[in-house]
Formats: sequence, C-alpha cells, structure tokens
Amino acid sequence: MADLAIKADELVKWFGEGDAKTVAVKDVSFEAYFGEMLYIEGPSGSGKTTLLSMISGILRPNSGRVTVEGKEIWSLPADQIADFRLNTVGFVFQDYHLFPRLTTVENVAIPLILKKVDWNESLRMSLQYLEVVGLKDRAQLTPTKLSGGEQQRVAIARAIVSSPDILIFDEPTASLDGDTGRRIVDFVKKNILNEKRCILIVTHDSRIFEYADRIMKMEDGKITGVVKGGVREE
Amino acid sequence: MRGTLRIAFKLLINDKGKFAALLVGITFAVFLMVMMTSMFAGILHRSTATVINIGAKIWVMDSAVNTVASSIPMPDYILDAVRSIDGVKYAVPLYSGAALVKLQSGVYQAATVIGLDDASLFGRPALIEGRIEDIYVENAFIVVKDSEFPKLDNPQLGSEFEINDHKAVILGIAKVTSSGLFGIPTLYTTYKRAIQYIPSTRYTISYILIEPKSADAVQNIKLQVKNLGYEALTKDDFIHKISMFYKYQTGLGINVLLMTVISFIVGLSISGQTFYTFILENLEKFGALKAIGAKGRELVYMIMFQATFTCLTGYGLGIGLSSLIIAFAKLRLPSYAARITYGNLAFAFVMVLIIAGISSYIGIRKVIKIEPFDIFRG
Repeated sequence: MADLAIKADELVKWFGEGDAKTVAVKDVSFEAYFGEMLYIEGPSGSGKTTLLSMISGILRPNSGRVTVEGKEIWSLPADQIADFRLNTVGFVFQDYHLFPRLTTVENVAIPLILKKVDWNESLRMSLQYLEVVGLKDRAQLTPTKLSGGEQQRVAIARAIVSSPDILIFDEPTASLDGDTGRRIVDFVKKNILNEKRCILIVTHDSRIFEYADRIMKMEDGKITGVVKGGVREE
Repeated sequence: MRGTLRIAFKLLINDKGKFAALLVGITFAVFLMVMMTSMFAGILHRSTATVINIGAKIWVMDSAVNTVASSIPMPDYILDAVRSIDGVKYAVPLYSGAALVKLQSGVYQAATVIGLDDASLFGRPALIEGRIEDIYVENAFIVVKDSEFPKLDNPQLGSEFEINDHKAVILGIAKVTSSGLFGIPTLYTTYKRAIQYIPSTRYTISYILIEPKSADAVQNIKLQVKNLGYEALTKDDFIHKISMFYKYQTGLGINVLLMTVISFIVGLSISGQTFYTFILENLEKFGALKAIGAKGRELVYMIMFQATFTCLTGYGLGIGLSSLIIAFAKLRLPSYAARITYGNLAFAFVMVLIIAGISSYIGIRKVIKIEPFDIFRG
C-alpha cells in the first residue's frame, strides 16, 4: 500500500447566503496516495473544481478537514498556506495562465523565483524542465508564439519545476484536440508521475480515462462512486 | 524579493504600449509642473533682482514697501539716526526709481535708475567695460548689459541720451547676477545725480543699506529701526517679503498654483487610468501568482515597484525635457525668466511620488481582492 498523500474529511463548501445559497460540495471524504493518478470526473457544476481548490489550499472549506502529508492545511496561517501552495502543490490551470510578456523559460521559473532561488539558477533549472517536456528549443520564445499543446507542456514544466509532491491539473485537455490531449496525459503518466508524487486531475473528458489509476465520480457536490481499473469500487 | 521585482519589471516594460503611455503621462505631468513652477521661480527671482545685485546685508525701508520698485522715500534724518545705531558699521542711502530715457533716435524708453551712495558706491555692479571711477564724471551713467540692454539701442561707451532734459552719457557697461522683472533696462549713477536728474518727492532716500558690525548686531538694528517707525530687513527677509507679496497678493501665485494642480491632475489621470488598465489586464496573472504561492505582500511590492519605477523614469524624462526646453528658450529668448531650482525639483518629485502612491493604491486594491479560486475556476 502506497503512502497517504491527501486525506479529505467531510468537506463542505457553499457559496452565497439565504435564498442564494448554493452548496457546491457536500460532506466529501476521500483519500489519495503517492504514485497515484486520481481523476475527479463529473459534469459541469458538480463541484469538482471547488473540491480541488479546497484540497490545494486555494479555497477555505466551510467545514471539514484537508490533511496533506500529515499536515492539516486549513489550520495554518495565511502565509503558511501560501508556502504550502508554493512548496507542496503544482498547478496546471485550465487556461494555463502563462505570462505573455515573459519568455517560456521565465514562465517556467516563476515558482522557483517565488521560492527566492537566484534568477540565473532559476532559469538554468527551468531549462532542464523544459527539456523534460521537450521544449528546450522554445525557451526564449514568448508563450504567444507556441501552440496550445506546447503551452500546456510549458504549464506542466512550471508546475513540476519546484518538485512538488502534489500535482493538480484542472481540465488539462479542455483546450486541446483529442490526440494532443491524450499525448499530454500519456506524457504526464510516463514522465511526471512517480512513487513520491500524487496527481489529481479534474476532467470530464472520457478520452483520457484510460490513464487514470482511479476515477472519482462527482455529481451535485457529492462523490457518487470510485472506479478503479474499470471496476466500480463503491 | 529581487526575483519577483524582476518579474514585475519585465511584465511592465515588455508591455511596450502601456509602458509608453504611462511614461508619456508622467513625463507630461512633470514637464508641465516643472515648467510652471520654474516660471514662477524665475519671476520671483527677477522680482528680487535689485536686492540680489546690490547685495546689502540689511535694508531699511518703510514697512509698507512690498517690492523694490514700490519704495516709499524716507527723510534724510533717518539715515543719520540709523548711522547712530549701535552695531551699525556703516549705512548708506540708495535711490531706486524709474525714468524715461530719450534715446538719440528720439524714442522714449522707460528705465530703472539706481543711485549709489556718492562716497562709497556701495552696491556697485561689476563692469565689463569702462572704469567705476568714471561714474563721477559729469553726466555719467553705467548701463547693465542684460536681456533689456538692446532696448537702449545697444549703447556703447560714450553713447549719449537724455533723462528729463539732462544730458547723460554711458561711461560703463556692467553685468549683474539677475535681470529685472519688468522688462526695462537698468542704469546706475550716483545718488546725487539720480535725485538731480529725476523728478523727486520731498524725501529722496528709497532705501538705507546697512553693513552691521557683526551678525549678532542684526536683531538690535532691527529693533532700533522699528523704534524709528521703519523696518529693517536682512537680504533674505526682504527677498522673502517680495516673494510673499507676489505669491499671495498679486494673484500670480494662485494662478501658477492652479496650473500646477491641473498639471498634477492631468498626470495623475493619465497614469492612474493607464496603470489601472495595466493591472486589470494582468489581474488574472496576479491571481495565478497568488495561486502558485505568491504572498499578498509580494504582489503589493511588485505593484509598488512598477508604479514607482514608472513614475521615477517619467520624472527623469520630464525634468530632462523641461531643462532642455528652458535652456533652449533662454538661448533664443534672453528675457525668458524660467529657472529650475532644487525646490521645483523637490516639489515635482513629491507630486510624482503621490501619483505613484495613488496609482499603486488603485492597483493594489484590485490585486489584493482577487481570489486564486477565481483563477482556478476560469
């Protein structure tokens, strides 16, 4: 049995008050393990991005606990939660959110720079990660000159450059065609995932389900089931 | 911190259009503010030209005097009384008045006439042509070679003209530190000749110039002169009094102040709005930085750095541009009064810092409020 990476206990999150109150996540509990690629799958509005945000230290739950590597993150002060995001979690946003005014290598270096690594050293390390994602020759270009797939890979390089234990992908294939999407996820599974890393992917793209170790299905803010190796667990 | 500031710097300067618009706004505002305040400083400086050029340490005058040109004549016994005050090394009379000069061409030209004490010639200008002792020669005048000099038909040594039907001859050409404000030439002669040539009132002493025995004596001299019913001002006090008059009693100050405030508002509007647009366009990126792990204060530093860098660069460009234009204008227009002082520079600097502060504040408010979750949600 692999080590426990994430433990979510009875997470609840609602938005608005009174008549406008919407409960996005309802009493969700689950565990994720190192070496695992866990998908959170469900229709739009099912609460999967909200759930991921609470796990990654971005959105404070109304109730419940999130424990990552044995640490209860929402009991930490704001600065330490920011440090947790910086040191423990790597994000690949749906829209990538690359900086068009910075070069590709500078984009990748951002987490290192935030960690106060020397500028030149950050670029040197980032170049290595660009090589990992096969874009070393694009290092000095701005992201606007890259294709969608290449931008996705730059975002991946940025997410892994500071060697986080938890990687979070939000709809990684939403902006890509089917082949490119599959190639990207295949690449992540083969090159990025390892026994010391846990990858969570929010998606409703069934074309990439084959790469998941487990698929957690969400609907109306609840986990309705977990599929492992094509077999429904519960 | 240096790394995040470098990111901020690159985000700023790589957005060339916005950066240029920001710089233009700040530069323009600084340019206008410096031009307006320099003009004002130049006018004030010129209004005190006689005080600077004569160089006396203490000036005695009627307390109603506001400018050198508006002197109120004092009786001769005041000079004797002042000379007897303890702490006065010496005291001399000075005549300052206006006269109409009839040039050889028949044209009349207004001029300021300064009459120096016959015995000491205290306050005499430095001559560039002629000899100072020639001022005692019959009908002798010394002309100041400043921006108004051509109005006397560019006189040379020996040039003749008339003042109040008296013959006058130029026997010296002088240079002075500062040109006058009112756009008329300046002539120097002896005190006696001045009051002889120019129609005068019963009393003729415009000012009494005092050289105190020591700096400690100044307070006592002021007190004793006050007891005589007059006012004794040090050179700096007199300059200050004249400045205050022009600033607050002529409307000049308020007009220049209004123009300066308008310049400030123009600069603030352009830079504030452009900076706000810049922040709005980068809001998602700041949110992404926050999501990745940047702390709120790091984003605040980034924005403050961007605003400060832009404002200081604009400040430098604005100062450079206004200096160039003032220097060029002075080359072409000798009577152009603008004068950049440390005060102008400090004022513009403070205004630019205020612009940077307000622009930063607008941006910081937006960025602090952005939630990483909004970025995540897309």
